[in-house]
Amino acid sequence: MDLILEGTKKAFWLLFSFDPEVLNILLLSLRVSATATLISLLIGITGGVAIALYRFRGRAVVVSLINTGMGLPPVVVGLFVTIFLWRNGPLGFLGILYTPMAIIIAQAVIATPIVMGITLAAIQHLPEKLRLQILALGATRTQMVWILIKEAKLPLLAAVMAGFGGVISEVGASMMVGGNIKGYTRVLTTATVMETSRGNFDMAIALGIILLLFAYFINLILTQIQQREGLR
Amino acid sequence: MDEGWRARMDRMGSVPILEIRKLKVKKGAVTILNVPSFQIEEGEILSLIGPNGSGKTTLLQTLFFLLNPFQGEVFFRGKKVGLDYPVLDYRRKLALVFQEPLLFDTSVFNNVASGLKIRGIKREEIERRVEENLKRFGIEHLRDRFSKTLSGGEAQRVSLARAFAIQPDLLLLDEPFASLDPPTRESLIEDFASILQQTRTTVILATHDRLEALRLSHRLAVIKDGEILQTGPPEEVVNRPIDEWVASFVGTETILKGRVIRKEGGTFLVSVEGHEIEVVGEAMLGERVILCIRPETVTLSISTAKETTSARNLFIGRIEGIQPMGFYQKVQLYCGFPLVAYVTRPSMENLSLKVGKEVWASFKATSIHVIRQKEREKPIE
Repeated sequence: MDLILEGTKKAFWLLFSFDPEVLNILLLSLRVSATATLISLLIGITGGVAIALYRFRGRAVVVSLINTGMGLPPVVVGLFVTIFLWRNGPLGFLGILYTPMAIIIAQAVIATPIVMGITLAAIQHLPEKLRLQILALGATRTQMVWILIKEAKLPLLAAVMAGFGGVISEVGASMMVGGNIKGYTRVLTTATVMETSRGNFDMAIALGIILLLFAYFINLILTQIQQREGLR
Repeated sequence: MDEGWRARMDRMGSVPILEIRKLKVKKGAVTILNVPSFQIEEGEILSLIGPNGSGKTTLLQTLFFLLNPFQGEVFFRGKKVGLDYPVLDYRRKLALVFQEPLLFDTSVFNNVASGLKIRGIKREEIERRVEENLKRFGIEHLRDRFSKTLSGGEAQRVSLARAFAIQPDLLLLDEPFASLDPPTRESLIEDFASILQQTRTTVILATHDRLEALRLSHRLAVIKDGEILQTGPPEEVVNRPIDEWVASFVGTETILKGRVIRKEGGTFLVSVEGHEIEVVGEAMLGERVILCIRPETVTLSISTAKETTSARNLFIGRIEGIQPMGFYQKVQLYCGFPLVAYVTRPSMENLSLKVGKEVWASFKATSIHVIRQKEREKPIE
């Protein structure tokens, strides 16, 4: 058990001594995952609202695809993003494989169905008549959509948490499309995998604890907003 | 409630605020609403009464252009909506209140302000109008409360205040009091009636409660199966229903079928299950008629002396049932034909009425409404 104790001590030492390497890894993780979450929010909320409000042919198929997508295995996403970005792949000309941008894309692919699925459920869960009431208040379609999103803000906050939580802790895709390049595409999860495989358990534990702490604090903040809103 | 609007209308002689022509709404192959023509005048309070599922909600939502598509035309102040008048602008002249308050998840102030914010009205003006309407509905103290924490009655007041804040030209209400408990409902209807008198808002109120309708409106429109069967001032609809169904819906407890067997001057005699009932009015000999006798026009007594009453129709009957009806007791009699009377509590005690007792029932020949067979047939279009 010395291992865990040592690791924990090292984690706090690394964190509070602002070790430049750890700090870089942490900041990159946050930047990449936050950007990916933001992209997934834009696409996911827009798509989720649209699918919730409109009836079209094949809607049931689309909805089941989204629901399946909520549990996309990161490794599979990593595989397909790699193929797309590969030198000879369809998007190979972009030359972004093994860059932070590639990780952002892969993580956005993972988080988008999660955000879209939760948004869809949240909007559909609002009373049917609420939409009529908003229109009856003289709202344009855009105003109506905006008001509906505001009405569903609590479940949407859950979508943010689920999306962010999903991507910051994901390792498969980041490893495959980012390549774990030191100082460039090395994020918390890929670094943890590497240190573990090298037998540097203290460093691995340290990184793991930092990851947990950050996931915890970000969720804590969002949960507090959500609970405060919910109680009003 | 307000007798002045008719006089004002006559002076103005203007176009109706809203007019519907050849309105039809279909659900699949079934026509769920069919209104060939219908209008409402400025300042008028019209109650749309009918049972659940009769098409009241469909009519209101169609008027709001919330149900698409539909056939027919809607004219707002003489202009065709969707053609001479953009739908959004038209909608912004109207307000709609549902049975459920449907408040937004924010403060009472923001809820009442929502229609105004949507219209992009200036802050100071929003502030002023919200305060005015909070006061109007007696909910100033709830200004900063969150909608989730309100009781049903409070929430419905907020919903009404939100509609009034818009200062609509036409207010549509879909059973706004139906889900409130009786005391809450009473006080809200009372406040609402006086607010309507102050604001002189034009209103279409959909309700299945005829008492509510009678209390608030200038005019009634009876709707059933998507068709408006009769419109007219409340007294007219209640006292002279166009057919059996309307008669029963507006609370005519006694509806008797019979045949005209004799005519004498302005009156005629109708044979109902072998009993002769005298009626004042027009009818042809041998014609089949339906007699409507309102329960409040039937007098009960234990005396047999015919001279004690001026009514020619006097029958002895056995009390079959007594039910409390608010301020009245509903007494069901059988006089060879069924007859219902409303009796006040003091009279109940004076006459010591109970089930099984025989009493004399009388009603005037003038207080019977006659539905003639030919009036019931709808004109062929």
